[in-house]
Amino acid sequence: MAKYLVLKHYQGGPAPVVDYPPMEQWAPADVEAHVQWMRDFAERLKESGEFVSHMALSPEGAFVRHGGEGRPPVTDGPFAETKDLIAGWLMIDVESYERAVEIAGDYSAAPGPGGVPLCEWLEVRPSYGAPPTVAD
Amino acid sequence: MNESLLRELIPAVTGVLVHRGADFATAEDAVQEALLRALATWPTDPPNDPKGWLITAAWRKFLDATRAESSRLARENRVAAEPAPGPADSADTLQLYFLCAHPSLTPASAVALTLRAVGGLTTRQIAEAYLVPEATMAQRISRAKRIVSDVRLDEAGDVATVLRVLYLVFNEGYSGEVDLAEEAIRLTRQVRALTDHEEVSGLLALMLLHHARRAARTTAEGALVPLAEQDRSRWDTGMIREGVAILQEALARDRLGEFQAQAAIAALHADAQTVGETDWVQIVEWYDELDRLTDNPVIRLNRAVAVGEADGAQAGLAALELVDCEVPRHRAAEAYLRERAGDLTLAARLYADAARAASNLAERDHLTRQAARLNDAIRG
Repeated sequence: MAKYLVLKHYQGGPAPVVDYPPMEQWAPADVEAHVQWMRDFAERLKESGEFVSHMALSPEGAFVRHGGEGRPPVTDGPFAETKDLIAGWLMIDVESYERAVEIAGDYSAAPGPGGVPLCEWLEVRPSYGAPPTVAD
Repeated sequence: MNESLLRELIPAVTGVLVHRGADFATAEDAVQEALLRALATWPTDPPNDPKGWLITAAWRKFLDATRAESSRLARENRVAAEPAPGPADSADTLQLYFLCAHPSLTPASAVALTLRAVGGLTTRQIAEAYLVPEATMAQRISRAKRIVSDVRLDEAGDVATVLRVLYLVFNEGYSGEVDLAEEAIRLTRQVRALTDHEEVSGLLALMLLHHARRAARTTAEGALVPLAEQDRSRWDTGMIREGVAILQEALARDRLGEFQAQAAIAALHADAQTVGETDWVQIVEWYDELDRLTDNPVIRLNRAVAVGEADGAQAGLAALELVDCEVPRHRAAEAYLRERAGDLTLAARLYADAARAASNLAERDHLTRQAARLNDAIRG
């Protein structure tokens, strides 16, 4: 088994294939359906024994770096200028890369306005595992 | 009573419940609940008869569970018709191993179910060892039990499937509260006591010979130390002796298998007092045997490295050319051989590529250090 991070972006990544307005402009029933769909999706992954964690991130926040000895940290942001903005992640523990891609593909089918799948681009990233014992 | 002695009783207790007419899935849940109670209460209130205590506690849990979900009368009639509980014999425990490693399960499910139903680990301990939430591991185990729910417990099993699962337990996992390598060794010993099969001995020998080197395999900071650079005085000689003895006994039966051949290679490494004394010619011969037995490209990759030691780097590179370059660690092996052949620039580049392709952090860091060392040497 290996852990993969499925990253959702507010912006960045390949050009979107479905054009849809921001969520606050959707019909309330569509918003509700979307939220419920996401909840059910995580629930199914828990049942299949593949769920590790998930988290949604606010678009607020800033870049931070060390400011030098005895000085406060330097911040830069909010991210209005940034090209890539992460919206959240789903961490899964699966048998293969193919399975991770399959899950991300399904996850990207979350319904948008009128129940049409958003087909959002999701980024799939492998994590480092434990070193094997029999290695030499 | 320590925890591993308690764990050793678990498969036998499940066997007793199954003999009394309980289905495996419910019995196994009941035994897990009894185990959790034992872990909580035994330290302050140890029983006189641990196994009897577990059987009584698990049986009560089983009755509670079945009472809750089915007609009490029907269940009691069925149980009344069961033969009196005899002691579960070793055949039952072996059947549990077969069931937990059933070919219909994915490797990860088989590992989880084996650790719980025959290893006697708690769901929390297993979850911790594989860094997933306890609820996820609980689901993985329930799912595995549903998949094997139609398998008869006395269905003929193949010991090879059990060995593959135990090998995975040994080879993959993080160290949490439970030491999975030691747990795998304990379970393989148990299977060896229950069956008569050379490959079980081969796997046990392989595990012991690798485990004996564990203290030398990493620095105090956790960095990988390659075999050639390990402080051999830190190898566990007692464990090596045991592994070699078990292996020799298995090899004498002249039914060679993959694990025996791998153990033979580990034994040849263990036998060398210094890296210079390693018998690479024999190691290459064992890789040839393994290649005949397995058709595994990783074996051919390791063989190429051994050929490089036995016959020189150019011979090793020639052997490597026959291996698909998509095989994991291909670039790391080539980097090693290129450096030995004197091409430091190419070796440094290959080490850097290999680091990017590594599947774990310790290996990535090791390969990065190799690349940095060579780049430093090139700059002079």
